[in-house]
Amino acid sequence: MKVVVDMNKCQDHGQCVFAAPDVFSMDDGGHLLYVSDPDDALRDEAEEAADVCPLQAIRIED
Amino acid sequence: MSSGRVVVVGASMAGLRAAEQLRAAGWTGAVTVVGDEPHMPYNRPPLSKEVLAGKASFDSLALTPKASTADVEWRLGTRAVAARLDERAVDLDDGSTLAYDGLVIATGMRPRRLRCSGPRTGRHTVRTLADARGLRDELTRPGVRVVVVGAGFIGCEVAATAVGLGVTEVTVVDPLPLPMVGPLGELLARALLRRHEERGVRFALGTGVAGFEGDDRVTGVVLGDGTVLPADVVVESVGSVANVEWLDGNGVDLGDGVLTDEWLRVGGRPEVVAVGDVARFPNARYDGVPRRVEHWSIPTDTAKHAAKSLAAHLAGRERESAPFAPLPTFWSDQHDFRLQSFGAPVLGIDDVRVLDGDPDGEVVVGYHIGERLVGVVALGGHTAAAKAARYRTDLLKQPTPAVPSTSTSTSTSAVPSALTVQGASK
Ligand SMILES: Cc1cc2nc3c(=O)[nH]c(=O)nc-3n(C[C@H](O)[C@H](O)[C@H](O)COP(=O)(O)OP(=O)(O)OC[C@H]3O[C@@H](n4cnc5c(N)ncnc54)[C@H](O)[C@@H]3O)c2cc1C
Repeated sequence: MKVVVDMNKCQDHGQCVFAAPDVFSMDDGGHLLYVSDPDDALRDEAEEAADVCPLQAIRIED
Repeated sequence: MSSGRVVVVGASMAGLRAAEQLRAAGWTGAVTVVGDEPHMPYNRPPLSKEVLAGKASFDSLALTPKASTADVEWRLGTRAVAARLDERAVDLDDGSTLAYDGLVIATGMRPRRLRCSGPRTGRHTVRTLADARGLRDELTRPGVRVVVVGAGFIGCEVAATAVGLGVTEVTVVDPLPLPMVGPLGELLARALLRRHEERGVRFALGTGVAGFEGDDRVTGVVLGDGTVLPADVVVESVGSVANVEWLDGNGVDLGDGVLTDEWLRVGGRPEVVAVGDVARFPNARYDGVPRRVEHWSIPTDTAKHAAKSLAAHLAGRERESAPFAPLPTFWSDQHDFRLQSFGAPVLGIDDVRVLDGDPDGEVVVGYHIGERLVGVVALGGHTAAAKAARYRTDLLKQPTPAVPSTSTSTSTSAVPSALTVQGASK
């Protein structure tokens, strides 16, 4: 599984961090950090994060 | 079960999520989504912000359907005109009828219109892409004077975007004394008013609209106190009305949206569910009183829960035992600041306390019933929103419910029946 985030769209809402804390986090400046090739066991979490992104900036690929 | 068909009426966010979540819940039968707009589902929040500002193309608004929905049939540009729930059939405006095994109601809301005398041309609402494009064309005319009726979320966003576009005369009218005071309470509403005024938005508060002036098109807005505000463009953002007329005649409670039970089922029928803005559902996290919630997070939350109960029913399985208990979340971007909300602030509006910061700068405010925190709203930039997020965990941990569930009626309830994104206004 690959996680792709369009950083031009991201506005740091942080909803993905609530949905998938093992994939997404915020640095001290409030900016997004993420794992681009997480374990497949995290797929549901990652999909949930993509769903709740207000900017729809997250894509999950195979 | 893999035969049969689920019909989803409404092809926006809630309709799309319902189709996706039906697949995720194991439904492999046919899915047909009927939508009266010509577009595939798109994201609405940018309509009052980036789209109006000319910073977003349609491509960037489109919601990308998941691969699991590749075989879903989309009947776009098609309106459902009637439902016959006893016969499990939906009639469409092209004269055809769709029979279903399962029905998902996802028809959302439309803007409420002012019923005042005067011309119609020059008066806008913002709900669809077509609306936003039409309004943008007018806001970009040089020297345009804009009156926004309704100081709710959408009214405040449109006013902020208009100022950002360089419109020098933007006035927001509302019969209430402060913007967004209904959903946010006085403390934040005051802070908001000041921020808008500092950035050039004018307000005419405490008075409603009595009528419009002009022959063919609007030239002015007449207020209740007789004042006339000159206007070339009027934006009506005075709340919304549920799109439920097509469900008339089925004995379903359509009093304010579609009443559902705690599994989002409609009219006691396990094969009919409602999702998104149109659903009036009890939230087990709070008092069990059914309410509509016009927040962006709700289409996804309701679709997940409803799809599970519908797919289980269609497969002859037991539905999940947990009742629906979402944590609503809302945001609103205005000028250079953001409002970020978690929980149900409106339920605790009589007891608002500053949790962090101060209302003149970055602030996080808590809403309480007794000692129970029921909602948190941040106003400011990044840091305020990040701080509010810390309270989200507290909100999730709060014991439920604060008030025992009374009945499915909202009429005796002291709290509003909709956690609406727009301030009520006339
Ligand atoms: C301008 C704007 C800005 C917003 N900004 C924010 C924000 O910043 N933050 C936030 O949290 N929320 C925001 N929201 C709220 C959020 O967008 C909504 O909660 C969400 O769009 C609801 O989705 P829905 O699918 O339930 O309803 P809708 O998006 O209303 O979709 C219903 C669809 O059904 C169609 N339909 C209706 N009747 C029929 C029929 N009889 N037959 C066929 N189709 C039919 C409609 O045309 C529409 O396409 C905003 C909303 C708007 C309008």
